[in-house]
Amino acid sequence: MKHEQAMERRGFLKATVGAASLVALAGCDKLTQSSWFPSVLHKAEGLTELAQRAVTPANAMAKEYGEGDISDVFPANGNTDPGTEEYAEMVKNDFADWQVLIDGLVTTPTMFSLGAIKEMPARTQITRHDCVEGWSAIGKWTGVPLGDLLRNVEPLPTAKYAVFYCADIDDEGLSYYESLAVVDCFHPQTILAYELNDKALDISHGAPLRLRFERQLGYKQAKYVKRIELVESLADIGGGKGGYWEDQGYEWYAGI
Amino acid sequence: MTPTLHVDPLVPETMPVISAPPVDQPATAPGAWGTGQDLPEERIYRHRLPVRIGHWLNVLCLFILIMSGLQIFNAHPALYWGDRSDRDRPLLSIRAVKSDGGQVNGITTILGYPFDTTGVLGYSNNSARAFPDWATVPSAKWLAMGRQWHLFFAWLFVINGLLFATYAFISRHFTKDLLPTGRDLKHIPQAVKDHLRLRHPMGNEAKRYNVLQKLAYIGVLFGLAPLIVLTGLTMSPTIDTALPWLLTIFGGRQAARTIHFIACFSFIGFIVIHVAQVMLTGFLNNIRSMVTGYFVVRHEGVKR
Repeated sequence: MKHEQAMERRGFLKATVGAASLVALAGCDKLTQSSWFPSVLHKAEGLTELAQRAVTPANAMAKEYGEGDISDVFPANGNTDPGTEEYAEMVKNDFADWQVLIDGLVTTPTMFSLGAIKEMPARTQITRHDCVEGWSAIGKWTGVPLGDLLRNVEPLPTAKYAVFYCADIDDEGLSYYESLAVVDCFHPQTILAYELNDKALDISHGAPLRLRFERQLGYKQAKYVKRIELVESLADIGGGKGGYWEDQGYEWYAGI
Repeated sequence: MTPTLHVDPLVPETMPVISAPPVDQPATAPGAWGTGQDLPEERIYRHRLPVRIGHWLNVLCLFILIMSGLQIFNAHPALYWGDRSDRDRPLLSIRAVKSDGGQVNGITTILGYPFDTTGVLGYSNNSARAFPDWATVPSAKWLAMGRQWHLFFAWLFVINGLLFATYAFISRHFTKDLLPTGRDLKHIPQAVKDHLRLRHPMGNEAKRYNVLQKLAYIGVLFGLAPLIVLTGLTMSPTIDTALPWLLTIFGGRQAARTIHFIACFSFIGFIVIHVAQVMLTGFLNNIRSMVTGYFVVRHEGVKR
């Protein structure tokens, strides 16, 4: 009967479509595991950076919110405690001895004490933190504009990236680090923050100093910053991709 | 105008066939279901090359964008309105919840109402994950790779879409084939009735898109596609500094993420209906027309 044929044909089509999508899925997994395909996908990052930098004025500001917009709970992600003895000592001492070294391709490498940083003109901003996982939280950050610190040490023209070395170490002993383009360090909202919501930063949020770079995703916001090195290339640092998360496959250009 | 008789290809018994062909009669035209009628069918050039290329690139892009998007969603399986994620007040969340007895269930909560979705959403294949492994690219939980797939194919989707839109306006494909005419719009109620009864246009009426087809294609190409791209861009902190009005029109970054998700499922809904219609109106004929451009129109049983 013709009706039965139609039913059979539908069953056949269903099976075909099902099988085809399973094959396609397995194919996607194979490509993901292959040695060459991820580097093809990775090309999109360069295009994204090119396009986003082209349409975004250098000093375009991230939206600043009102006091009423601040999140009740600002989640702490990634490492929430460096857990080293050295850090524990600093905590005991209320970070009185914390220092940040800025060196590398600069005219005058300088060690800044936390006290000296807190005495510099501060900037306060209520901004949105966008995690790569998809959630957002709004917080009020106070800190010193990174540009002001860098102007003190005078970067050399060859300096392309600022690398942030952090005090936290993961379960496998890898040190956390991050990097930004030097040009982004001079954005007015790029600050080394020491306060969140009018209180000294707590340990889970990166005490005593963390980076805020409001135009990119959360994993760029390095916590527990203890050294900033200006370099020409990221190739010889860590896994060579410019950051702890970047070495694990996340984009260095985290604008989206 | 002459009214067109509609037939339902799924229930051939009801077809108003004027002279049913004997089973052993040879086909009269290549690739045909030959009948004894005068000019029983006609081969027309239906889809031009740019449309065909654009269509299949969209198939590829949407397949990957949807599944890698679900992978990204799985990293934080909850949706919110506004700019921030107040975790105690999600519009939707898909979680694995351990009961007192130690059993793990997948619980999907929509506007505060929980549903047990174990096996598909929240908990599937002995693993706590919002969307199951058969629905994500890559299949394992892997946000970094999901993003790489998603952002690469997002570029391809946007470039393909811009090229198609340029072509559609310059070649007048848009005004000639896609834009509904006044007559079309008056025909909407009848077209809805016909569609609900699975009666599809035949004969000369099948040479052009019917009004519901036109509205669906225009809505998807020039409504849904730009919407999903713009809400995607609103999730970019950099683009939000360049185009701050995006946050205003979509009601915040988390609202944009929610709209992006709804738009994704609108695409899935469109694809399901589209593929069903393709199957109901002659699967091979439709597929061939989107591959080679040539479509066979049947005139048998159609009053002219």
